[in-house]
Amino acid sequence: MNLGSGKGSTSGSPLKTGEVVSDKFPAGLRVMVVDDDPTCLRILERMLRACLYEGAYSLSFFLLGTEKKCNLAFFFSVYVVVNSSTCTCQSPPTVSCYGVFASNMLFDTVILRFDSVWLLGSVTKCKRAEVALSLLRENKNGFDIVLSDVHMPDMDGFKLLEHIGLEMDLPVIMMSADDGKSVVMKGVTHGACDYLIKPVRIEALKNIWQHVIRKRKNGLKDAEQSGSVEEGDRLLKGCDDGDYSSSVNEGKGSKKRRDEEEEGDERDDSSTLKKPRVVWSVELHQQFMAAVNQLGIDKAVPKKILELMNVPGLTRENVASHLQKYRLYLRRLSGVSQQQGNLTNSFISSQEATFGATSINGIDLQTLSVAGQLPAQSLAKLQAAALGRTTAKAGVSMPLSDQKNLFSFESPRIRFAEGSLHHLSNSKPMNLLHGIPTNMEPKQLVTLHQSTQTLGNLNMRVSTPAAQNNPLLMQMAQSQPRGQMLNENADSHATRFPSSLVQPTVPNSISNGVLGNRITGSSNITSAYNTVPQNSSLLNFPINQTNEMSVGNFPLRSTPGMTSIPTKAMFHEEGTSSITGPGGFVSSYDMFNELHHQKSHDWDLTSTGITYDSSQHANPLQGNIDVSPSVLVDQGFPCLQQQSVQTRDSTSIGKPLFSTGEAIHQSNLQNVSQHLNNLVDSSVRVKAETFPDPSSQINNLFSDQYGQEDLVTAFLKQQEGVGPSDHDLDFDGYSLDNIPV
Amino acid sequence: MDVGQMQRQWIDYAKSLFLEGFLDGQFLQLQQLQDDNNPDFVVEVVSLFFEDSERLLKDLTFALDQNGVDFKKVDAHVHQLKGSSSSIGAQRVKNACIAFRNFCEEQNTDACLRCLQQVKQEYCLVKNKLETLFRLEQQIVAAGGSIPTELSFSG
Repeated sequence: MNLGSGKGSTSGSPLKTGEVVSDKFPAGLRVMVVDDDPTCLRILERMLRACLYEGAYSLSFFLLGTEKKCNLAFFFSVYVVVNSSTCTCQSPPTVSCYGVFASNMLFDTVILRFDSVWLLGSVTKCKRAEVALSLLRENKNGFDIVLSDVHMPDMDGFKLLEHIGLEMDLPVIMMSADDGKSVVMKGVTHGACDYLIKPVRIEALKNIWQHVIRKRKNGLKDAEQSGSVEEGDRLLKGCDDGDYSSSVNEGKGSKKRRDEEEEGDERDDSSTLKKPRVVWSVELHQQFMAAVNQLGIDKAVPKKILELMNVPGLTRENVASHLQKYRLYLRRLSGVSQQQGNLTNSFISSQEATFGATSINGIDLQTLSVAGQLPAQSLAKLQAAALGRTTAKAGVSMPLSDQKNLFSFESPRIRFAEGSLHHLSNSKPMNLLHGIPTNMEPKQLVTLHQSTQTLGNLNMRVSTPAAQNNPLLMQMAQSQPRGQMLNENADSHATRFPSSLVQPTVPNSISNGVLGNRITGSSNITSAYNTVPQNSSLLNFPINQTNEMSVGNFPLRSTPGMTSIPTKAMFHEEGTSSITGPGGFVSSYDMFNELHHQKSHDWDLTSTGITYDSSQHANPLQGNIDVSPSVLVDQGFPCLQQQSVQTRDSTSIGKPLFSTGEAIHQSNLQNVSQHLNNLVDSSVRVKAETFPDPSSQINNLFSDQYGQEDLVTAFLKQQEGVGPSDHDLDFDGYSLDNIPV
Repeated sequence: MDVGQMQRQWIDYAKSLFLEGFLDGQFLQLQQLQDDNNPDFVVEVVSLFFEDSERLLKDLTFALDQNGVDFKKVDAHVHQLKGSSSSIGAQRVKNACIAFRNFCEEQNTDACLRCLQQVKQEYCLVKNKLETLFRLEQQIVAAGGSIPTELSFSG
C-alpha cells in the first residue's frame, strides 16, 4: 500500500506534511508464528518484533487504507516526527502528537482506532500447531497474520494452513528450509499467501503486512458490496490460483446476477493478482457440486467433473484445485462438526440435497449443506469472517444452530476469495441445508442435510440448485414468502419470505446454492421454514438469510429483513399450507432438519420433508423456497413431487437453479438421498411444486408475490412458529443479488 | 590485554570463522538483531541451537541404530537440523545435512551413518568456535568494552 512516496527507511528522517510513508511494517500487526524448531522460532520472533516497531510510520498508512476516510498524511507526519526516533524494538510506538490533532474529528477517529487496534502489535510464538490453532480459535480477531513452518511433528503445516483458512480466514505464510517446487506449489494450492525459504531474512519479513492489507481490502470491498455475489467472486478471484482463467468466471451468468457486476471488474483491476484466475462463483460452484454429487464424492475425479460441468474455459486443473479445496473443506467440517461421521456422509448426500435443497427453502441451502457440519455459530462466524462482515447476526437466530452452518459455508467461500483455497472449499456450495431442521415436520427446513445438518440452521437447502432458479427462485421466493413465511408472523414473514425464498433460489443458480440472501427475503425464507416448529432447524431456513440466500455474498445476516425472520418461519408457513404436517414443509425442510439434527440423513429428509408433506408440502417448500420453486421441486423432494405438483414443474423451475442439478433433480426427486442437491433444487422447486404450475407459478410468484399466497398461507399455517430467526446468514459467498426483494 | 586489543582479537576471530566457512551471512543477521534491548540475543539463539542439535543428533543416532531404519524419520530429523543450522548461519553443519538428506533418500544406511558422523563433527567444531567467540565477548564486556558491531571484511 504505497500511498505515495515510498519512503522505506525506518530511520528517523521526519516526513514532511503531506508526504506519505510508503509501506512500512504496521506497528499494530499481530503476528502468530508457529515453528517446532526453537532456534528458528526465536529468530523469527526477534525479527518480527524488529519489523513491528520499525514500522511505526506505516501504521498510519495502514489506517488510511482501512479507514479510507481521513487524510492521514497529516497524521503521518506528525506521528513520524514524534515517533521515529523513539521507536525501538521493544517499546511500541507512541502517539505523542495525539493532542495536536485532537480537534480534528477525523483524526480523532483515526487515532482512536490507532490506539485501540493498531498500536498493539504483537508477536506470538507457538511451538506446536495445535496450540497455535487453539489460540487462534480463542481469539478470533486477535491475530492478523500467521507464519507457519511446513514440517512440524504434531501437525502438518499445510493442514494448519487449511484450518486457519477455513476457520479464520487469516493470511498464512508458510516457511521451510525445503525449497522444492512441489512443496512450494503445495503451499500455493493450499492457499498460503506466501512461501518463505529458510533461513528467513528479515527483509522477507518486512513486507508480510501486505498480505494483511490485501485481505482486508478485499474483505472490505466485499462488505461494501453487501452480499453481492460478486463479492464472493471477487474474493475468489483474489485468491484463486493464477492458472485459472478469468474467462470462466465471465462466462458464468452469475455476473449478471450480481448487483455490482462492475465491481467485479473493478476488483479485477484492483486485485493484486495479476494472473487471470477462475472465480468460483456460486453458479459455477453449484455446477461443480452438482457434478460431484452426481459422480459421488468418492468417485469425483476432476476430469469427469469437468466433463459434467461442461463449462467452457474451465480447465481440469481448475477443477482439481477446487475439488481439493472442497474436500478439504468437507474434511474440515467433519472434524469440526460434532458429528464427524455424519458430515462426511451427510455431506455427500447433502451435497446432493444441497443442490436440490437450495431450492427448497428457496434459500440456497447450499451454504447450508456445506456448513452443515458447522455448528450454527461457527457457520455464522465463518461467514462473518469470510464476508468480513459482522456476523453479528450470527446468531442466526435460527434456533437451529446449524443455521450458522449455512453461513459458514458461505464464509468459506469468501475466504477463499481471499486467496486461500480454503475459502473455496468452504464456499463450496455445500448446500448446507444447514439449518434445515430435519424434523420432518417442523423441520421443513430441510436442511441440507449433510452439511446443513450442522447448519441445521440453514435449512437453507438452498443449495446450489438455486442457482438455476435463482431468478425464479427469487421470484418464487418472493411470492412464496408470502404465504409461507408466515407462520409466525404471517404477515411479516410472508414478506420476508419472499425475499428469502427468492434468494435461495437465486443462490442456487448464482452461487453454489448459497442463496445469498442478500435478499431480505431470505429472512422470509426462514420464516417459511419456521414451519418447522421450534426447531429452529427450520429456521435454518432463515439461514436462507444467510445461507442460501446469500448466494455468494449472501449476507444473510445482513439481509435486512430477513435476519429477523427465522427461516424456519418460512417453511413453517408453508408447512401449514402444504405441509400438513411436518411433512409438507418439512420435507423440504427435512433437509434442513437434517442439518439440525445433523443427521446425516440425506435428503431423504428433505425429500421426505417434501414428500411427506408432499401433498402439501410442496407448498411449504415452495413457500420457503420461494427461491425456486422449481428448485425445490426438483430437488428431489419427493414430497414435492408428490405433491403432485408439479413435481416436475417445479423442477423445471427449480432446474434453473440447479442446472446440473436438474438432471439430478429429476432422478433425485425420486431419490431422496440425492436430495441434497435436490433439496436445493427442490427447495426451490418445492416452491414450484406447490404451485400448480411451477413454471407459471414461478412466474406468478414473481409477478405477483401475493399470488402465491395460497400456497404460502398454507405453508404458513403449518409453520406457526416461525420465529424470526435472526440468523446471520452470512452467506458470504452467495448473495442473492438478483433476488428482488 | 586491553579492551581494544580484545576487540581486535574478537574481530579477527570472527572473520576467520566466516572465511573458513563455519559461519555465513545469516550469522551476521543475528548479530544485527542484537542491540541494547536485546543484548544477549545471539548467545541466546545459539544456545537454543546447541540444545536442539544435541537432541536431534541423539535421535538420529538412535534412529540409525535400529534394525529397520525408518528413513522418513531420519530425514525429518536431518531436515530440522538443516533448518536450524541454516537459521543461525552454521554453514558447514548445514552442508553436511544436505549431503545427509541425499543419502536418506537413497535409503543407504551406511552412507547415512557416515553422514551422521560428518554432521556430528561439524557440529562439534562450530560449537567450539562459537563458544570461544562468546568467551571473548564476555571478556570484552567484562573489561568494560563493547562488542564490535561491524565486521568489515575489506582487508
